[in-house]
Amino acid sequence: MHMHKLEKIWLIFGLAALIVFLSTIGVSAFYLGNKPPSCLTTVDPEKVDQTAPFNKPGLHKVEGKDWDYELVFVAQAFAYTPTQVTVPLGAKVKVIATTKDVVHGLEVAGTNINMMLEPGYVSEYTTTFDKEGEYLIVCNEYCGTGHHLMSSKIEVKK
Amino acid sequence: MPSINSTIKVDSRDAKLSMAHFYVAFAALAIGGLMGLLQTLVRSGKFELPGGIGYYQVLTVHGVLLGLVLTTFFIMGFQHAAVSRTAGTHSDKARLTGWIGFWVMTLGTVMAAAMVLMNKATVLYTFYAPLQAHWIFYLGLTFVVVGSWIDGIAQIMTYAKWKKNNPGKPGPLLSFMAVINTVLWIICTIGVAAEVLFQLLPWSLGLIDRVDVLVSRTLFWYFGHPLVYFWLLPAYMAWYVVIPKVIGGKIFSDSLARLSFILFLLFSIPVGFHHQLTEPGIDPAWKFIQVILTFLVIIPSLMTAFAMFATFESAGRAKGAKGMFGWVKKLPWNDARFTVPFIGMAAFIPAGAGGIINASNQMDQVVHNTIWITGHFHLTLATSVVLTFFGISYWLIPHLTGRKLTKKMNKLALIQAWVWFIGMAFMSGSMHAEGLLGAPRRSAFSTYMGAKQAAEWIPYQIAQAVGGTILFIGIILILIIFINLAFFAPKGEEEFPVGEQAENAEATPMVLENWKLWIGISIVLILFAYTIPFIDMIQNAPIGSKGFKTW
Repeated sequence: MHMHKLEKIWLIFGLAALIVFLSTIGVSAFYLGNKPPSCLTTVDPEKVDQTAPFNKPGLHKVEGKDWDYELVFVAQAFAYTPTQVTVPLGAKVKVIATTKDVVHGLEVAGTNINMMLEPGYVSEYTTTFDKEGEYLIVCNEYCGTGHHLMSSKIEVKK
Repeated sequence: MPSINSTIKVDSRDAKLSMAHFYVAFAALAIGGLMGLLQTLVRSGKFELPGGIGYYQVLTVHGVLLGLVLTTFFIMGFQHAAVSRTAGTHSDKARLTGWIGFWVMTLGTVMAAAMVLMNKATVLYTFYAPLQAHWIFYLGLTFVVVGSWIDGIAQIMTYAKWKKNNPGKPGPLLSFMAVINTVLWIICTIGVAAEVLFQLLPWSLGLIDRVDVLVSRTLFWYFGHPLVYFWLLPAYMAWYVVIPKVIGGKIFSDSLARLSFILFLLFSIPVGFHHQLTEPGIDPAWKFIQVILTFLVIIPSLMTAFAMFATFESAGRAKGAKGMFGWVKKLPWNDARFTVPFIGMAAFIPAGAGGIINASNQMDQVVHNTIWITGHFHLTLATSVVLTFFGISYWLIPHLTGRKLTKKMNKLALIQAWVWFIGMAFMSGSMHAEGLLGAPRRSAFSTYMGAKQAAEWIPYQIAQAVGGTILFIGIILILIIFINLAFFAPKGEEEFPVGEQAENAEATPMVLENWKLWIGISIVLILFAYTIPFIDMIQNAPIGSKGFKTW
């Protein structure tokens, strides 16, 4: 099959660009640790309130781990528990969340915390809060009539 | 022989079959478009829906009618005409099969629509479990899919007949492309059919108590990404085959056009995880493997871009264009059949770049489920694809109804396209910008208890309402043109333009017609990308979910 010389150049250029893009994503994910939230832990969605750590939603200081705090959220139509939380500036936090009913999202606007919450699964993401301010948490997956009212708040303070 | 080629007409019986599809498609456009307008108005915060109609009900109607009904009906109508025009008139059996497909799809649409209107299925067009709609909604969607299979089989029958009568020859390009798209569609809809038939339907009927949510979402996205290529490929059919004829040029390369369609068949399916990058329960290594496969599907689009501009330039030069860009002036900018799809093509450049961002997992975390995504597919589907569909309608509808596109309607079509472009620039542009600030998609107006961040989103939402209003004017214009071309335009003959290859082009290699080979590779890739993650999902599955009705 004949291919025009200019088309060959164009496709080689295109392929090279794709390889650069993919290498960037791959190195960032598997070498620098910027993997997407992909926790494999499961939980009985009907017993969330009795299962650790979801029996105590909120911020907890932890010792001897790679992160300083665990921030536990429980989602249900149409609210998060806790509804507001204060995080110390510079803290490395593992956000751990799940849902008691339908699929929800947990997105902290203005940060890279953005994950799906699915019944039966635990979602986790570790990050450092290094900028002061108030961050709005919104549900970004349609969950019913009150979807747009479902929110929480993180305050990052010195 | 070009003179004979330009006068071949689609048989009037096949024309009726195509037109039946277009009536449903444009009715869906009218209602779905109105719903879109209402959504942007509500989200501006300046308007409330009357009579207790819910925002999410309107959103479900919009998504189902425009994402599923308009597209599937238009594509099947177009492909029937394309196959009948280039591979020969349907046999009576094939035509009957086509009509059965049409009526099964229509029945399914009515069933699903009735449930949505009765507020029994406000689950949006993605119907994610454990939101549980009425079983008639799921059965209706099943009929839409099964009807489209029957429709597609009619097209394959006519293509097979041509191949039998012309042994050893490559099938007509336009028909070959239609068949690739049909095969792609049948392979990918098996996923959503399995989701509905084995999970959602028995669950909504109370036959089973619980469903595995992650399995259902994975089956959905196994279907959901090739779905967008099912929308895109008919547009590419027009770009590759029809546009060269409209501008008085030649098809750049028949073989490379076929190769790009085969690459779409191979790489558009095993990529669904890039819609599930932020989900729990899927190993990041498998997500990355599917991201790599997603990037491979960019190659045929790069080939398409090259072929388009090569066709434009050689057509311009053949008309005596000088200098580096002199050919641009030789293009028929006053011909809606060219300019309307051209605006669609141009929109695909930023749209494609946005797609690469969405599939890159770290960047996806910034934009996932924000209104950026809505902005993205209003460039791909609602601009590139839809403007090309409009451009197709301007010659196909009069061709099928035995009428002419008048100068006046041609002018109105050009105005329509620019109105669409401006409206979309406002709406999609502000959606992209607002999404980067974190505003969620699929959400009614909300101040989020007076949050400062949410207040910053509102000006963008007002810009979306402005864009949505301009786009609705565009909807009114296209409906005027459609009704004119279907019922009122003067009688006459409008050409169904089918491009030809340059005379010195080499013969098309027959390996491109080796269906067993390509379908085989497609299945191997699917099994590679999905088997292990799927086994993991089932082995490590949590207890399933009962149904919820939270609307």
